[in-house]
Amino acid sequence: MEPLEIVNRLKNKYLNEIADVTEFRDQVFVSVNRQRISDICRFLHDDPEIYMDYLVDLCGVDYPDRQHRYEVVYNLYSVKHKHRLMLKALIPADNPSVDSVVPIWAGANWHEREACDMYGIIFNGHPDLRRILMPDDWEGYPLRKDYPLKGPADTEYKGFEELKDLHSHDSEWNIR
Amino acid sequence: MEDTNIDSGNKNSRIAAKELTLSMGPQHPATHGVLRLVLDLDGETIVKCTPYVGYLHRGVEKLAENRNYMQVLPLTDRLDYISSMSNNLGYCVAVEKLFGIEVPERTEYIRTIVGEMSRIANHLLWLATHALDVGAMTVFLYCFREREAILDLFERLCGARLTVTYPRIGGLKNDVDSKWLQDVYAFTTEFPMRIEQYETLINKNRIWLQRTKGIGVISAQEAINWGMSGPALRGSGVPYDVRKVTRYGVYDKVKWEVCVGKNGDVYDRYRVRMDEFRQSNNIIRQCIDQIPEGPIMADAPKYTLPAKDKVLTDMEHLIHHFVLITKGPQTAPEGELYVATEVPKGELGFFFVSDGTGKPYRMRVRSPSFVHVSALPTLCEGELIADIIANIGSIDIVLGECDR
Repeated sequence: MEPLEIVNRLKNKYLNEIADVTEFRDQVFVSVNRQRISDICRFLHDDPEIYMDYLVDLCGVDYPDRQHRYEVVYNLYSVKHKHRLMLKALIPADNPSVDSVVPIWAGANWHEREACDMYGIIFNGHPDLRRILMPDDWEGYPLRKDYPLKGPADTEYKGFEELKDLHSHDSEWNIR
Repeated sequence: MEDTNIDSGNKNSRIAAKELTLSMGPQHPATHGVLRLVLDLDGETIVKCTPYVGYLHRGVEKLAENRNYMQVLPLTDRLDYISSMSNNLGYCVAVEKLFGIEVPERTEYIRTIVGEMSRIANHLLWLATHALDVGAMTVFLYCFREREAILDLFERLCGARLTVTYPRIGGLKNDVDSKWLQDVYAFTTEFPMRIEQYETLINKNRIWLQRTKGIGVISAQEAINWGMSGPALRGSGVPYDVRKVTRYGVYDKVKWEVCVGKNGDVYDRYRVRMDEFRQSNNIIRQCIDQIPEGPIMADAPKYTLPAKDKVLTDMEHLIHHFVLITKGPQTAPEGELYVATEVPKGELGFFFVSDGTGKPYRMRVRSPSFVHVSALPTLCEGELIADIIANIGSIDIVLGECDR
């Protein structure tokens, strides 16, 4: 099925939810409101003619200047029908949360954890929402556009405390 | 208190085995890098497996947002450093699609050749370490002999063995000569005999069969639901291969088949990769037979580097080269795009958000290893602790790519 036809079917069912449809190099992106994302995903997954059984990827994007600051991009593919659709959930900055799609695609589990880790987007109903790539006690969300590339200014690396002791020990023994 | 109760209480009841929590890794030779698994064990049976990743996180996606498209290319080497050529190709194919560049036919052929060589080199390292983990030492030595041959060919081609950075946006670093192609051809003539050698070592080896058959079974539906790709998905019998469904390289001009397994266990994933050796070998041979003469760089001066020999003799080309190397491409078409390629480990996808400047606004790397590690608990829960080694081997992960 052509991606635009999938969009038409989606429009028939969830017209009020769809905010925008864009196309670039034969790939169709559908932006939807976040409230009913789980219903929309369930529909795309279960409908026998669309049958998006394969969640290729899920990631966040940050647009600090937009009304909806974050986007969660769902990259859906049907192994059976060989068609693709990119779905985007629009997420506001003041309450960055969206329903989890783990009950639909098990593979979303770690992708959602990563989006949470990197952008601070909360996925409601996720079975195990923890940081994944960054340490558990990390502060801030590294892939947000306002996060500096070299990390927070006050966390300059001071070296290992243990090694400092070791060096002072060296001088005592006149090794150098 | 509880212990004494067990001793003095009902003596006929079985003594309850205590659950043990074992932290495996991050420094463990069988985890293929810095993967840490926390295993809840009931005796030797795994009750719960929790992978911890991120030890090799270098923030490639954040770095890419602050570099121009040309500078991101070497970062992709460091994702899956076992088969860096495939990663470079995946990145270049994605950026070319974003820029709307068509690469010359000769380049497509060379890219297919080196991509498949990289697949063979990756599967050789996979087979070597997997067999070593499961207990077969000899295979390791044999596989490394052939992997060395491929790495030597890479070195002759571009000067690097591991992190090659050979493809460029819109083409290649340099052309190949006929002597090199002859030597690759000679390698592919000999290689099928080598595959048979590996198979005689392990195909009917009773230990190998017991350690792999019926271990880590995942059904086709479950594998798709988990988003697995590459040989790990095809081992479950799903004939999904990115090389067949999207157009890149010359995979539509050569004869080859998608290799699939049936049972979705460790053994079938092994069989799929062994069959892929033969398919890749055939693809390379056909490409060398068909390869046309012609240019290797696309005609898109806004994005692609000029020919090296002209740079050294011609002022305009020197300026062109200088500007692209120092500043990178200044503009890019505005849009969003996901492009996937089939790397040896599965589907490697690049998702770009371009805002029209010379740097990607957002670059997302969809790495197969990340997805495969997330599916690891499904594969190994309920099995024995020894099987986790076979399972980790069979999904073929590299943590550099997983953590990015």
